[in-house]
Amino acid sequence: MANSTLTNELVFSKLKEKFGESLGEQQEPFGLLTVEVTSNEIHSVIEWLKNEPALNVNYLTLIGGIHYPENEGKELCVVYHLHSLIHNFRIRLKSFLPIENPTIATITDLYDGADWQERETFDFYGIIFEGHPNLVRILNEDSMNYFPMRKEYQLEDATREDKDDRFFGRD
Amino acid sequence: MGKVNFDAKVETINGQGFQLTTLDKAIGAARSNSLWPLPFATSCCGIEFMATMGSNYDLARFGMERMSFSPRQADLLIVAGTISKKLAPILKQVYEQMAEPKWVLSVGACASSGGVFDTYSVLQGIDRVIPVDVYVPGCPPRPEQIIDGIMNIHEMIKNESLRRRNSDEYKKMLQTYNIESDGK
Repeated sequence: MANSTLTNELVFSKLKEKFGESLGEQQEPFGLLTVEVTSNEIHSVIEWLKNEPALNVNYLTLIGGIHYPENEGKELCVVYHLHSLIHNFRIRLKSFLPIENPTIATITDLYDGADWQERETFDFYGIIFEGHPNLVRILNEDSMNYFPMRKEYQLEDATREDKDDRFFGRD
Repeated sequence: MGKVNFDAKVETINGQGFQLTTLDKAIGAARSNSLWPLPFATSCCGIEFMATMGSNYDLARFGMERMSFSPRQADLLIVAGTISKKLAPILKQVYEQMAEPKWVLSVGACASSGGVFDTYSVLQGIDRVIPVDVYVPGCPPRPEQIIDGIMNIHEMIKNESLRRRNSDEYKKMLQTYNIESDGK
């Protein structure tokens, strides 16, 4: 990354040294260090990244969810984009969860900005962030009884009767 | 005896010193030429509606100088734009707060049918929660089309019976939307 004193190799070797067994696959798409972390360890990894003086990953860019229906036992994924404003270094962490029990520790104690983002991820994917102060829907209507970004639900409004699927290329 | 002609679009018989018409038509003319619209604008149709209100198209020509942003004083609810399902109860509440007689103009594809937003989060037409009098097609409709819709509303108002809002049919129609009538 331009003008950064940290390199992907350096950060990954530090992470590997500290959390060897908890780390999974590592990639660098578009030069962005992407590391898979087990869901039990995600909180301590992020906490360490934030507090380690050499790294100082002090800014949470975003939290998002993904649903991979074919990925058995690892259907849901939580993605964290983190940014060290001090060292101008970005890192992405991924954590996979089984769809039967999609629970992961909240990071609202580390970043206040995680509050609404975790609520949004819960709203759309049903991922439960344990320890979150107010884990309720944020964007969808409160009466909604499913998680609309999970792929078993159709995107279209299910109550429409006047649209003939044949004319919309989805029969 | 005078002859039948149209004064301010009201069918009347004029003679020296008198003018005869029916109360329905006099009140209809008064109502239609002094509507207070409530613009419920959420997206690009709202921008077109603003142009319709503005000096080029000028709704004031039709007695609609004042937009009412309080539903209590409004006669015509103009819904212009996409209504999400989360917004639907609020739209319904605004409609319920309006006093009778009231009319609804649905402007554009989204308000009328959901438009291109055939998705789980968007209400597929406002007629799923409130009764609509006139639909204006278009994505978004040009100001001329919105004015045409308003002219149709005017036509409806002029020809509406004074008893309509008290009729069983009207109450039944409101009940299909789970809206209580004023109980007059």
